[in-house]
Amino acid sequence: MLLEIILSALIIIGAIFTLVGSIGLVKLPDFYMRLHAPTKATTLGVGAILIASAVFFSLTDEGLSLHELLITLFLFITAPVSAHLMAKAALHIQAKQIERTKPIQKQTHSSESSL
Amino acid sequence: MITRLLPHPLLTLALWAMWLLLNNTLAMGHVVLGLILAILIPWFSQRFWPERICIHQPLTLLRFIGIVMWDILVANITVARWVMGPNDKLQPAWLSIPLDIQSPLGISLLANTISLTPGTVSCDLSADQRSLLVHALHVEDRSAAIAEMKRRYEQPLMEVFRSC
Repeated sequence: MLLEIILSALIIIGAIFTLVGSIGLVKLPDFYMRLHAPTKATTLGVGAILIASAVFFSLTDEGLSLHELLITLFLFITAPVSAHLMAKAALHIQAKQIERTKPIQKQTHSSESSL
Repeated sequence: MITRLLPHPLLTLALWAMWLLLNNTLAMGHVVLGLILAILIPWFSQRFWPERICIHQPLTLLRFIGIVMWDILVANITVARWVMGPNDKLQPAWLSIPLDIQSPLGISLLANTISLTPGTVSCDLSADQRSLLVHALHVEDRSAAIAEMKRRYEQPLMEVFRSC
């Protein structure tokens, strides 16, 4: 009973954070800011759902279920890489950013793909 | 002899653990098969990993992982609040972080960590690998944010991944 409540809470928390990530994707004003929302939802949102899944299957099926660790690991490796690639591509085509963004300090950062 | 048989012991361990997790079992057959694969794969992909990886202070690494997990938790809630609140008040900024860390693995882990902690995404590494361009969702004091990231993430990573 108590376990069921905890697991449901974890799943709901996960769902809420994933939802906030999607809302951010619609709501935030420019590309670079929108980039923050989905890369973040994966960490805590998916994290909470995976913990719930690991606990549930460890207790109901026979034996420990540790698949979820691997999913977390792969997510943590791939999410930042895809965000990095999209940001790099956006910098390259000079995607629009809202005016109040504090600009890059030119003298400290030099790269062929920079603005 | 041992270095020729196991060119990357850490990779071997990681692959072995990953195989067992992927199959979700500790059956003898999988333990042996996983070990064989974990020895053979680094051997065949040797030229793909030019750098030998050494971990100097495992305790610092563990503490670092703990700090990052905590930061992810706290910052996720902060960012959720920013996203749901009025977006006009957000002050996005580009941060250019001067890097002291030199090991390529250390740099990529630092960039990954910065992207994973909500509110910041690492966007570009300068051609000379001396500075990392980061986009922050909401920053009031740029130099304070940079100093914080350097102290919290770069410092421990530098201690752990020095060259062997």
